[in-house]
Amino acid sequence: MPDSREPAARAPNPTRKIGVQCEINGRPVTLEAYPMARLLDVLREQPGLTGTKEGCGEGECGACAIELDGALVNSCLVPALQAEGAKIRTIEGVAAQNLLHNAAPQLHAVQQAFLTHGGAQCGICTPGMILAAVNLLDRNPQPSEAEIREGLAGNLCRCTGYTKIFESVVAAVRASTTQPPHAEPRR
Amino acid sequence: MEMPRDLSAALERLAQEPGAWKPFAGGTDLMVLLEAGKLPHRRFLRIWKLPELRGIEVTPEHVTLGALTTYTDVRSSEVLSREFPLLCRAAAETGSVATQNRGTLGGNIANASPAADSPPALLVYDAELELVSANGSRWVPYHGFWTGYKQTGLRANELIRRIRLPRTTQSWRHYYRKVGTRRAQAISKVCLAAAARIDAMRIADVRIALGSVAPTVLRATETENILRGEKLTPATLRAAQEVLAREIAPIDDMRSTARYRRRVAQNLLAEFCEMLSA
Amino acid sequence: MPHAPIIGTSVPRKEGREKVTGRARYIDDLSFPGMLYGTTVRSSKPRGHIRAIYFDPAIPWPEFTIVTAKDIPGKNCIALLIEDQPCLADEFVNHPEEAVVLLAHPDKYLLEEARRAVQIEIDPLPAIFTMEDSLARKQVIWGEDNIFKSFQVEKGDVDAAWPSADFIVEGTYETGAQEQLYIEPQGMIAQANPGKATPPPTGSAGIPAGFSSSAGSSPSTDSTRAGVTVWGSLQCPYYVHKALVRLFDLPKDRIRVVQTETGGGFGGKEEYPSMLAGHAALLAWKSGKPVKMIYDRAEDMTATTKRHPSRTHHKTAVTRDGKLLAMEIDFTIDGGAYETLSPVVLSRGTIHAAGPYDCPNVRIRSRAVATNMPPHGAFRGFGAPQSVFALERHLDRVAEVVGVAPDELRRRNFIHEGQTLAVHQVIRETVKMDRLMDRALELSSYHAKRQRFQQENPHNAIKRGIGFAAFLHGAGFTGSGEECLASEAALDLTADGRVRVFAGSTEMGQGTNTVFAQIAAETLGLGIDRIEIMQPDTDMVPNSGPTVASRTTMIVGKLVESAARAVQKSLFDAGFLQPNYNAVDFANACQQYISKFGKLQSLIKYEHPQDLHWDDARYQGDAYGAYAWAVYVAEVSVDTRTAEVRVEDFVAVQEVGKVINPVLAAGQIEGGVAQGIGFALYENVVWQEGRMSNGQMTNYIMPTSMDVPPIRVFFEEIPYARGPAGAKGIGELPLDGTAPAIANAIANATGANITRIPVTPEVLLEMLEGVHA
Repeated sequence: MPDSREPAARAPNPTRKIGVQCEINGRPVTLEAYPMARLLDVLREQPGLTGTKEGCGEGECGACAIELDGALVNSCLVPALQAEGAKIRTIEGVAAQNLLHNAAPQLHAVQQAFLTHGGAQCGICTPGMILAAVNLLDRNPQPSEAEIREGLAGNLCRCTGYTKIFESVVAAVRASTTQPPHAEPRR
Repeated sequence: MEMPRDLSAALERLAQEPGAWKPFAGGTDLMVLLEAGKLPHRRFLRIWKLPELRGIEVTPEHVTLGALTTYTDVRSSEVLSREFPLLCRAAAETGSVATQNRGTLGGNIANASPAADSPPALLVYDAELELVSANGSRWVPYHGFWTGYKQTGLRANELIRRIRLPRTTQSWRHYYRKVGTRRAQAISKVCLAAAARIDAMRIADVRIALGSVAPTVLRATETENILRGEKLTPATLRAAQEVLAREIAPIDDMRSTARYRRRVAQNLLAEFCEMLSA
Repeated sequence: MPHAPIIGTSVPRKEGREKVTGRARYIDDLSFPGMLYGTTVRSSKPRGHIRAIYFDPAIPWPEFTIVTAKDIPGKNCIALLIEDQPCLADEFVNHPEEAVVLLAHPDKYLLEEARRAVQIEIDPLPAIFTMEDSLARKQVIWGEDNIFKSFQVEKGDVDAAWPSADFIVEGTYETGAQEQLYIEPQGMIAQANPGKATPPPTGSAGIPAGFSSSAGSSPSTDSTRAGVTVWGSLQCPYYVHKALVRLFDLPKDRIRVVQTETGGGFGGKEEYPSMLAGHAALLAWKSGKPVKMIYDRAEDMTATTKRHPSRTHHKTAVTRDGKLLAMEIDFTIDGGAYETLSPVVLSRGTIHAAGPYDCPNVRIRSRAVATNMPPHGAFRGFGAPQSVFALERHLDRVAEVVGVAPDELRRRNFIHEGQTLAVHQVIRETVKMDRLMDRALELSSYHAKRQRFQQENPHNAIKRGIGFAAFLHGAGFTGSGEECLASEAALDLTADGRVRVFAGSTEMGQGTNTVFAQIAAETLGLGIDRIEIMQPDTDMVPNSGPTVASRTTMIVGKLVESAARAVQKSLFDAGFLQPNYNAVDFANACQQYISKFGKLQSLIKYEHPQDLHWDDARYQGDAYGAYAWAVYVAEVSVDTRTAEVRVEDFVAVQEVGKVINPVLAAGQIEGGVAQGIGFALYENVVWQEGRMSNGQMTNYIMPTSMDVPPIRVFFEEIPYARGPAGAKGIGELPLDGTAPAIANAIANATGANITRIPVTPEVLLEMLEGVHA
């Protein structure tokens, strides 16, 4: 009599591992992976790429969000094979490489704003949240507050109540331009 | 997973071993099932990059969408937001930005969940599907494509290639409301999509489709019949609500109750009618 | 030491840079050479006798490490308050997620297949799933009478008060289970050595990169002596330590527990990690390899602790002027199958049940009962959210019956300095509930909106309402709890003048590291970058008590402050430091001191204030050293077509002693309010035969960014003499007032008498139809 809990992971695919060629944070990489393995797992196995997190495994929480060819996606739902030929950006690729050799990377405006305005508490949702915010601002540099809320609606945070996450994104928008995002009138 | 180089190669594969290969596009539904161990398939046919399944084509009579049109594509299409706003509304309410970038209309249709957000809009717009196989292609109306809970008329050797929307409802009044478990990233508890043509204070024509209130998404044709040709009065609305209550078959599940779904469906119908009267 | 103040400023989070760049390392980011993965095979029945365990021969079992109860070297229990909960079920199971068998293997996919291939045959016994059935003893499943603990609080003479009441108002209120839903699931890595005298392994010492063991030989790597080390996501390293000592029957210095960066806890990682650590360690013990166990979301939701469901009955005597004469309160919480922390949850819920009011006659009878569900446990608020929901909802009802405005009713009964709470605690601090009420109502435009909504609602399908809750939350452990904990914190100075803080308190997002650093920096007059907070590692840090109960800043922060003062005094006394020193002077002084005397360190133990007295037997006295006081106001809209409730605005006003870091403090309130919104409206655990059937994030609904309004937070400060810089505790406070404020707002909007949370649309729709029928 099988137990009622759903199995955590599927049985190994009888195929072999393949090499998936892609670009991660600007560097060409060949990933050794089972074709149907989750891109999330494959990325996290790469040295120095544990920043992308698993929160739910069902595409609900956004902790695993990365950019795939410029589009925000939940990497727990992408099979490794589909990363073939893709340009991937993870949280590790958000800070700009500092031109000075050996110097600390220069934080993205969103990262800096998260530090100043308390956008991160426990930090587990933060990589996905920052990717979502950066992706939003790349597409829409002047989002309204409603657009910010909507753009981040796929990233769940249990610690902050979202307030300081918005304040951080709003601050990042302000830091990048002179115009603050327009507020929705409160009813 | 196999990656056919083009559509005919994909169809060849399906023809050789029908039922053994699961077409795989964005993966937003299939990966969840795969992870839960609920997919019997071991072999996947990657159709994500097939160019024949992409694109939005506009002709004087139709707007035709490739099956691989994502929700993001739908939301950013000018012609769709102008003439088929319910589809854009549905796309905006599906999952999150990340899901919308990968989820496809074809996948949504093939997965055939009664709680899917786009099918009610497609039904209201009298969508037609082009189904292709190694033997050729056929067009079928989307209305009737469902044969049962999570089952469609798609044959084992077929792929959905295109979704065609007749450009006949531009002057209609459109309504879409999804009632989910929360404001975003929510599974639908009740969904009502509707459109009507008003002529001299009468409902000249109307189409109403609902999700999450039956084993399949459905067109409430009997309810439509009550309303069609009538002036909108409280009595007409009540009559339509009564028929609607009988036409749908909502259930209790872990998200909601049959009672709630029935009552809310009736309320949404009222809201639609109110909008028409305004 | 003139310097810019650090306390009271929003210094950026100490570990913030790591978090925003993805470099912070949580337990699943760590990997050890030769590591196995572990998994748990659980009961499929809520109660029964284990007849047999079958292993499907299709799996290559010789490759697996298999652990059952008989592999436990010490006592088969997870030691906490008592030792009733087995680590692995042996003969009987008492809930449907009870762990029976543990498996480990290097391939995590095969491991999962194997888990499904183990069949546990159980002869079922009748099970109970409700508090009513438990109290009625339909089945006695725990102890003699299913009751983990009960309390009775008496003040004055309740029975004599009824005849003189102008009104007697009764009501019954219920709250459901709530899942903590930290975004990082529970996880542990264990290394263990049963102590066979084999030579130490060549190569890796078994300690992961990025950590150093300053404690000589780590228990698990010295293979001549038995030892266990665990790393993991947890709130209370010394709780885990105590449990492992018992489980393995090892001396204290042979168990080491290290907290890794923790992605949220909220109480869900207070006691449960001891179970998971025990499991991982048993597999490591038997296999001789490091074992990693990470729960996936489904297992985490269904098998770990949740907030205790509750049922409260209020009977209140009140005069026609709205003066409270008597409160009789009956409070029951559902503890699940084993005791865990239920007595303490009950205690806090009981003490908070009568609120911040001066009522001459109070009786509170309360109990925690057993059911065949996975044990419930700590969740921020810890009993108070349950009893405060009932009280604040009830008082709005009382106001309605008496014909007095709800805020007026509160004002006529707010407690003041010199008066006593229900547990006979004389309030010896300044209380300004009136002022908090004034401020909260003004900031939320309460009166104007209430009037406006009353006029507009009849014409709108979307009804609006506004409601509030007035409440308090005691910081620290109840009564003699802090004395029993006897917490310690330590601090040392390095030869180059840097400061290291050693405390068992954990950072899990609430800001422990930053606040401790601020306190030490301010006390010593140094920049915050000179302060290092040591990783909570039981080999290195003293036992500062658990990171719970809103105590970390107030109690442990004070120890840190004292420890800093002590080393400073040492430098002054030795003549190496003069007043008005700068950082360079300080560094020189440290160097001189250390050259001459060796170490420069201090260890401070908690000293219970002499004037706080608590009588455990009679359950009365000074329950808490300090309270935070608050008034929260919620504005909601209710769409009558769908019964969906939306929180439109939220104002949170609280008096907290001293705000050490405004951004962090506001962050705590905002996050707590969001959890409270979930508690009130969305988070519904669906139970089926004692098992949570909606254990996926798709089906257990927590608020997204679109479900939460901007939360407006305001602080008042009346410094608490015993807190560091005057600070009291605030972590749990927001969970107490948010749900009742929302429930009161819904009642205001719709006229529906809300007595139960979560207020799901399904339930509310029925009520709305009832109201208009």
